[in-house]
Amino acid sequence: MKKKIISMVLTACLCFSLTACGGGSEEASSTGTAAQEDSADSGDTAEGADDAAQEDSTSGGLIKVGIINNDPNESGYRTANDADLKANFTEENGYDAQFAYSKKNDEQISSAQKFIQDGVDYLLISAADTAGWDSVLQDAQDQGTRVILFDRVIDADESLYEAAIVSDMEKEGETAVNWLKDQGLDEYNIIHLQGQMGTAAQIGRSAALDKAVEDEGWNIVTQQTGDWNADNAQQIVQSVIDSKDSFNVIYAENDDMAKGAVAALDKANISHGVDKDVIIMGFDCNKWALEELFNKNWNYDGQCNPFQSEYIMDVIDKLENGEALTEKKIIMEEKGFDASTITQEDVDQYGIG
Amino acid sequence: MSKDRKTSTGSGILTKIVRNQCFIPLIALLLLVAFNLIADPGFFKITLADNSAGNPVLSGFLVTILDSGSELAILAIGMTLVTAASGGQDISVGAAVAIAGSVLLRVLCGSNSRPETLQAPIIVAFLVSCLVAMLFGAFNGVLVAYFNIQPMIATLILYTAGRSIAAWVNNNELPVISEPSFKYFGEFIPGIPIPTPFFIAVACMIVIGLVLKFTDLRLYTEAVGINQDSARLNGLDPKVVKVLSFVILGVCVAVVGLIKVSRISTINYSVIAKDIEMDAILAVALGGNALSGGKFNMAASIIGAYVIQFLTTTLYKFHVQSDALPAYKAVVVIILVVLSAPKVREWLAGLSKRSMKKEAV
Amino acid sequence: MKENVVLEMRNIHKSFPGVRALQGVDFTLRKGEIHALMGENGAGKSTLIKVLTGVYGKDEGAIHLDGCEGAAAIHSPQDAQKLGISTVYQEITLCPNLSVAENMFIGRTRGVGQNWKKVNADTDKILRSLDIPAKPTQQLESCSIAVQQMIAIARAVDMECKVLILDEPTSSLDEQEVEKLFGLMRNLREKGVGIVFVTHFLDQVYEVCDRITVMRDGQLVGEYAIKDLPRVQLVSKMLGKELDDMSDIKDEQQEYEKEEGIPPVLEAEGLVSDAGIKPFDFHIDKGEVNGFTGLLGSGRSECVRAIFGADRVTGGTVKMKGKPVKINRPLDAMKNGIAYLPEDRKMDGIVGDLSVRDNIILAQQVLRGFFKPFSKAEANKIADEYIKLLSIKTASADTPIRSLSGGNQQKVILARWLFTHPEYLILDEPTRGIDVGTKVDIQKLVLKLASEGMSVTFISSELDEMLRTCSRLVVMRDRRVVGELTKEDLNQNKVMNTIAGGEE
Repeated sequence: MKKKIISMVLTACLCFSLTACGGGSEEASSTGTAAQEDSADSGDTAEGADDAAQEDSTSGGLIKVGIINNDPNESGYRTANDADLKANFTEENGYDAQFAYSKKNDEQISSAQKFIQDGVDYLLISAADTAGWDSVLQDAQDQGTRVILFDRVIDADESLYEAAIVSDMEKEGETAVNWLKDQGLDEYNIIHLQGQMGTAAQIGRSAALDKAVEDEGWNIVTQQTGDWNADNAQQIVQSVIDSKDSFNVIYAENDDMAKGAVAALDKANISHGVDKDVIIMGFDCNKWALEELFNKNWNYDGQCNPFQSEYIMDVIDKLENGEALTEKKIIMEEKGFDASTITQEDVDQYGIG
Repeated sequence: MSKDRKTSTGSGILTKIVRNQCFIPLIALLLLVAFNLIADPGFFKITLADNSAGNPVLSGFLVTILDSGSELAILAIGMTLVTAASGGQDISVGAAVAIAGSVLLRVLCGSNSRPETLQAPIIVAFLVSCLVAMLFGAFNGVLVAYFNIQPMIATLILYTAGRSIAAWVNNNELPVISEPSFKYFGEFIPGIPIPTPFFIAVACMIVIGLVLKFTDLRLYTEAVGINQDSARLNGLDPKVVKVLSFVILGVCVAVVGLIKVSRISTINYSVIAKDIEMDAILAVALGGNALSGGKFNMAASIIGAYVIQFLTTTLYKFHVQSDALPAYKAVVVIILVVLSAPKVREWLAGLSKRSMKKEAV
Repeated sequence: MKENVVLEMRNIHKSFPGVRALQGVDFTLRKGEIHALMGENGAGKSTLIKVLTGVYGKDEGAIHLDGCEGAAAIHSPQDAQKLGISTVYQEITLCPNLSVAENMFIGRTRGVGQNWKKVNADTDKILRSLDIPAKPTQQLESCSIAVQQMIAIARAVDMECKVLILDEPTSSLDEQEVEKLFGLMRNLREKGVGIVFVTHFLDQVYEVCDRITVMRDGQLVGEYAIKDLPRVQLVSKMLGKELDDMSDIKDEQQEYEKEEGIPPVLEAEGLVSDAGIKPFDFHIDKGEVNGFTGLLGSGRSECVRAIFGADRVTGGTVKMKGKPVKINRPLDAMKNGIAYLPEDRKMDGIVGDLSVRDNIILAQQVLRGFFKPFSKAEANKIADEYIKLLSIKTASADTPIRSLSGGNQQKVILARWLFTHPEYLILDEPTRGIDVGTKVDIQKLVLKLASEGMSVTFISSELDEMLRTCSRLVVMRDRRVVGELTKEDLNQNKVMNTIAGGEE
C-alpha cells in the first residue's frame, strides 16, 4: 500500500515536471514566434494566428506532419530551431503539425511509430542518435509516410527518406578557418576549445582546424574539451595564461566557451577583439555573441543555421507538386560573421535567443 | 624510562594524525603539491597585475584553484550534511544550480532579457533564488524522509527535470546582465586582488562553523544518520532533520548559482554546473566521510573539494589530452577514495605504529 | 528408530563464541502430531531449529530421519529441504508480486519450458485439497497475510515434506485468521505430516498441539503430552521456577504505601496503539515501582511503548497528575517527564558511532532545544559525572558507545535518561544480556530512585527480579492485560497462574 502511494506521488511529480516543461516550451514557442515574425518580417501577426486557431480546427485539406525534435531546452540553437518550426508549420500555412520531443533515441523512435500509426503525411526527424532507425523508416515507407530528416543525417539507406536538410559542420569549420587564414597573421598560436567530444559539431569544427594546422604549420598552444561549458573554457584559458604561454587566437567551438575564454583574458588584462592582441572566434550566432562582435570585442562568429523550416517547406511543396528533388542532401546556407563588417541588422536577423 | 615514554607518546600522536579524517585529503594535497613542485615549480607562482578593468588582481594556478574550488567547497558543505543525515547523496545539485541561477537572472531582468539597469537589487534576487533553491531542497528532502525513497532515486527527478525547469523560468531566453557590479560575485571586487568566490566560500565556512558550534545540528544529524530508531526514541524527528539537511544544501546551491551566473553574466541551462554533483560527492568521500551516513567531518570535506579542484587544474596545466581527462581524474579519485576508506586508514595507522616500535627498538 | 517417529534429534550441542547455545538437547517428532517447542527468549529454540534446517552446523549430536539409514547429513537449507524438512517463517518469504501459482512453483522447475496451464491446474488442486481460499492466478499480494502464510505452508507441503516447521506463524494474524491456519494444520496432521510449532501464545498451544517440548537456557527441560502438563506447570517450566518455591522471596518483597490525595503520576485509560495490543488501563503513583509481566510476545513492551508514544497511539486518554495530556510522539512524553529505556538496546537504544558523552547528553539536549547546545566543557562534565555515578567502564567519554560491553552500554542509556531528571522512568528489559553484577546494580538503583520519589515501571523476563523490585505487577497474556497483583498475591505461584490463565 505504502509502495503504491509512493509510486503515485512519484508519477504525480513526474507529471508535474513534464507539464512544467511542456508549459515551458509552449510559452517559449509563443515568444519565439513573435521573435521570428519580427525578424523574418512575415505578413502574419500573432492575432492572426489566434483567430485561425479559433476559426477552424479541422484538418481537412491540411498537410499532416509529425515533427520529432530534440529537447528545445537543450541549447539556444535548439530553442530557436523549435520556435522556427512552430512558427511556420501552422494551420494558416496549410499544416496540421504534431510535435514530439526527446533527447533519447528509443523515445524518439516510439514517437515516430505513433505518428506513422496516426497516418501523418510527412515525418520530420531530428534524430538524437544516428543509429537504429532502419526498421521504423521502413515502416514509414510501407505506410506511405514520407520522411524528411532535418538537422542530422541518419545511418540508414538513402531510399528510406526523401531528403535530409543539414548543416555541414565541416563546412562551418572550413568557413571559419578560411576566414582565419585571410587574417594573414605573422604567426598563429591557437587555443582550441573543443565541444563535447564525439558530437557532430565538435567533429566537424575540429576537423577543419586540425587540417589547417597541418597544412599551414600553425601552432596549437592547447587543445582541450570545454564540454560546451563557459566555466571549463575559462579554466583552460586561465591555465594557459598562468603558464605564461603566448597565444593570439582562441578558436572556441561555441559561443559559451568563447565567453568563458574572454572572461579569463579580461582577468589577465589581455586585449581581445578587432585589432587587439587575441582573436576570438565562436560559433552558433547567439544574439549576445553577435553583439560582442558588433562591439568589436570578438572577431568572428560562425552560424549554425537553426531556421530550417523554409527548406523543409520547400521540399514538401515540391513533393506535393510531384516535382523531383535534385538531391537527397540539402545543405543549408550558413554564414560567418566578421566583426569588422557585421551590421545591427545582422545581429537582429541572425542572432538567436 | 623517560625515553620509552617519549616514543610511546610520539607514536600516539602519529597514530592520532593518521586516524584524523583530514589526514587523507591533506596527504593527497601534499602529493599533488610535490608532483607540481617537481614537474614545474612555476605552478606556484602568483603575480599581481591589473585586469582589463584596471584593478590589480592576483593570478596564478593557486589563485585559480582557490577561485574555482570555492564553488565545490560550498556545495561540499551541504552535501556532507545530506550524506550524514540521509545516508545518500543528492545528484540534482547541478540542475538545482541551474534553477537558482535562472531564478536569480529572472528577478534581476524582470520581463526584459537584456535590461539596461537591474530591475531588482541583487540581494533581493539572491534571496528569491535562495528561497526557490530551499524549496526544491525541501522537495527532495520530503521524498527522502517522508516517502523513504533512496536519496539518489528521489533526486533523480530533479536531476532529470531541473534544467528544463531552469529554462522555463526564463521562457528559454538567455538573459544577459550588463551591470558591472553583478560581476563582483564571480570575479573581483575593485581594489581587492583576491577572487570574490573565495571570500564567499570562507563566509559559508564561518557560517556553518558557527551553526555547528551554536546549534545541535551536528548531534541531531549524526544521531539520525547513525540510528534513526534511537534518535526517534530520544525525541528527535528524523524526518525533519533529513529535510533540514536538504534545505541547507539548497542554500549552498543558491550561493553557487550566484557565483556561476555572475562569472559569465548569463546562463546556459544545459551546461551550467554540469556534473558538479559528482565532484561534490567525491569531495565528501575524499574527506573520509562514510557515504552511508553518520559521523561527518566538515573540514575534511572542504579540503577534499579544494583537492579535487587542485587535481583538475593540474590536469589542465599539463594539457592532458582532452578526451582522456575524465579518465585520469577517475583513476586518481579512485586511488584517493580507496586510501580514505576506514579499513586502509586502520592499516596505515597500524603500519606507523609498527615502524615506531621498530625505531624504538 | 521407533515406530511412527519421523525425526529424532539426539544430544545436540552448539556453541557460539562465549555462549553455549545448545547443551545436549533431544527432540523427537512423530508422524501426524503437532508438537509445540516452547521456551523463553534465549532458551535455544531458534538455534535448535536452525541446526535442524541446516542454517547452523551442529558441534555434536545426531539427527535421524524416518526413511534414512544412519544419521542424516544436513549441511545447508537445501539439504534439509531435500530430506523433507520445510520451514515457514513469521515473515512471508514469497514474492508478493507474483501469482499464487508462480509462487508455488518458483525455483522448482527444471529446464526452461513451463506449462502454465498445468501449473495453474496443479496449484488449484493443492489449494482445494487444503481448503485454502485462493485462486492460482491471483496475485499473492492481494491475499490476506493468513492466506499468504497458508500458501507458504502449501508450498512446503507440496514439496513432499515430512517435517513442517512453523516459526511463529501466528504473530501477525488476527483471531479468525489463526483459526483458519489451525484448520490447515489439523488437516495436515491427518495427512501424517509432523509439525513443529514455535509460538509464544499459550492459548494456541493448548488449542492445537498434541505434545510440548520445553527448553530453557540451552537445555532440554522435558517433553510432555499436552494433557499431562497443565498451563501453570508449563509456565513454571519455562521460567524455571518450581510452583511452591516461594521461600526466600517474601522478605525481599517491596511494599508501597500510597500517599493519599495525590493523583497518580500517570493514568492511562483505554490506551491502544497500532502495535497490536488490546486497549488497556494503567496507572502509577509517585514513588511506586510497578511492572508489566507476561511471556515474551504477550504485549508488555507494546504497552510501555504506547505510553511513551513510541508506537502510533490510536486511542485512549492519558492523564498526568490529574491533567489530561496528549502524547503522540516520544518528545511529548519526554516533555511530560517520562523517560523510556527501550527493550532492544542495539536497535533502539544506543547511537553506535557516537561517543559515550554524546549518548549521555542526547535526550536532555533534545529537550533543551536546537539552539542551546551544551558546550564541550559542560558535556564532558556531565558525562564524567554519570560515568562515575553509574561506574560505567569506558576508556574515556570520547569512546564510541558501540565499543563498550552490553552492560556498560545499558548504563550509558540509563545515564541518558537519568540526566533528563524524569518523574516517571520506564525500563524495558534493562537487565537483559548483561552480567550479574550490573543486574544487581540496576535493581538497586531502581529502588533508590523510587525512594527518592521517582515512579518506575520495570519490565523483565526474570520473574525474581520483578518480584524483588515491584510492588505491583500488571500481568499480560496474548496482548491483553489479564490481571493486576499486589501485596500477598505477589508470589511466583500466583503470577504464573495468572500468566497461564485458562484453568482456575
